[in-house]
Amino acid sequence: MSRFLSVLILSLLGFSAHAQQLGLGRVALPEEVAAWNTDIRPDGQGLPVGSGNALDGEEIFAEKCAACHGDFGEGVDRWPALAGGDGSLTDERPLKTLGSYWPYLSTAWDYIYRAMPYGDAASLEVDETYAIVAYLLFVNDIVSDEEFTLSNVNFSEITLQNEPNFRLDDRATVEYPAFTEACMTDCKASVEITVYATGKDVTPTEDD
Amino acid sequence: MADKPKTGRRAFLKGGLAAAGGLAASKAAAAPDTAITKVQPWRKELGPGVDESGYGLPSPFESKVQRRNVPWLTVDTKTSINFTPIHHLDGTITPNGLCFERHHSGVAEIDPAQHRLMVNGMVERELVFTLEDLMRFPRENHVYFMECTANSGMEWRGPQLNGVQFTHGMIHNVQYTGIPLRLILEEAGLKPGASWLLAEGADAAAMTRSIPLDKILDDCLVAFRQNGEALRPENGYPLRLVVPGWEGNMWIKWLRRLEIGDKPWHAREESSKYTDLMPDGTARRFTWAMDAKSVITNPSPQAPITHGPGPMILTGLAWSGRGTIPRVDITLDGGKNWHKARMDGPSTPFALHRFYYDFNWDGGEMLLQSRATDSTGYVQPTKDALRTIRGVNSVYHNNGIQTWFVNELGEAENVEIS
Repeated sequence: MSRFLSVLILSLLGFSAHAQQLGLGRVALPEEVAAWNTDIRPDGQGLPVGSGNALDGEEIFAEKCAACHGDFGEGVDRWPALAGGDGSLTDERPLKTLGSYWPYLSTAWDYIYRAMPYGDAASLEVDETYAIVAYLLFVNDIVSDEEFTLSNVNFSEITLQNEPNFRLDDRATVEYPAFTEACMTDCKASVEITVYATGKDVTPTEDD
Repeated sequence: MADKPKTGRRAFLKGGLAAAGGLAASKAAAAPDTAITKVQPWRKELGPGVDESGYGLPSPFESKVQRRNVPWLTVDTKTSINFTPIHHLDGTITPNGLCFERHHSGVAEIDPAQHRLMVNGMVERELVFTLEDLMRFPRENHVYFMECTANSGMEWRGPQLNGVQFTHGMIHNVQYTGIPLRLILEEAGLKPGASWLLAEGADAAAMTRSIPLDKILDDCLVAFRQNGEALRPENGYPLRLVVPGWEGNMWIKWLRRLEIGDKPWHAREESSKYTDLMPDGTARRFTWAMDAKSVITNPSPQAPITHGPGPMILTGLAWSGRGTIPRVDITLDGGKNWHKARMDGPSTPFALHRFYYDFNWDGGEMLLQSRATDSTGYVQPTKDALRTIRGVNSVYHNNGIQTWFVNELGEAENVEIS
């Protein structure tokens, strides 16, 4: 497209109507937006048409995911566990997984499709992604039927149990009013060291 | 324990008289110093010419000044973090090559000719910009700190890492050159109801974060330079989002897309991660601002006192994601008594501040702490005060007061105190 024609089209689109605009860049083509705009919202906005069942998901998971996440999402070595941890959020060592912690299923779909498998991102098909997410629902006991098929149609019917336990940042009311004192003299009578970091041998040295 | 030296004209004159009496210059060398009496090679021979170093490097004698990672902390270095050696630095600006790195899928090594910035969603016109297009927007320069939300996160259960680089080094402070994001969005035209922005990276994690539009329009930048030169690949070359004062994860690197919407997306990094688990099992989300924090960088475990008793410099850094730092207090005795530190260098919002405390060390044990007060009046809390509210499993936003125990040899340890 010639520069002149571009300018003409931009003018027709109303570009010149706003004085503050510079007229820089060009209009994105629908195919270009579609190539990058893969994000999914909790309300299902952005979900592509497709489906996959948990049984198929198990196979794909075994091939593409289990090396790090374990056959059942239990996690290998220190790679993230994706299942388990139910009821552990108040434990001394909580296990935060899709089933125990994540508020929205859409996050799993979005993340798996954009960033997984680790080292081979942007390689999963839409239906494969539905199948993997269906399998994750199965290993987290959110669905009990391994024939369960997840699709863009039934996706938004699935809710995760921990969703109500998320709340907005409340530091401004809970913390900020409490942290305003700066004592300068005779602030305490005695001081004892209670814990040392040394002896744990976990700190790299500058000779490493 | 220690006295602050008197300054000013009278003290200066008095000091001069003392020197004349032999107090200050009482030390005499046993033998002539060969650093003086011997002719050093650099005094005699010709050094490298101007054609030998097109991009200069630090002295080989500074080779210990390195970003370092903690191997046991993460399972793979490509989804991991390293730490700025803040104990080796002074002033407030972080050299580009020492800015800590946090990647989720390694460094994206982007060919700028193949990089685009897209604006889509609730806009009048979905647009694509090349870097050449972006260079034609009005640009601004701002110095901002960028702190990983997990900085000091390994210390929630007690002192663990024995070095300020590792307890506080997920931070850097550079001057950004960038385009106010507002100007880019004006080109696209916001539709009624637009209230959130999703920023997306071009790396293999295609990192995304939701950011409220108010913040975006207020002070966010699309930056392309740090400290005058192009962004480093590890810091987002060729484009990164700058979100002043807010948690580092939101500063999307390798920025390729800005989507406008009317609700947050609840991406992985704002639901599964970067949310703060509280002791009752609930979790805070959207904890964006980095609260006021300070730390003594020298002395510290990696930077002991090596010169013995007498005049010494204590120094450190302070910052707030909610403004400037007008004041830092220092204690040498574990918080019984505090002294105002000397702030030095520029003081601008959402930037690192440098403080000094110049005193005579008596050679005794010390329990050192610094405590920042920011321009909102917020006072940096103790770690225990934070734990009372947040427990020990919230991972992020640990801005509690750091304690270093210094022994009679000048060695420092990471400790906690009553």
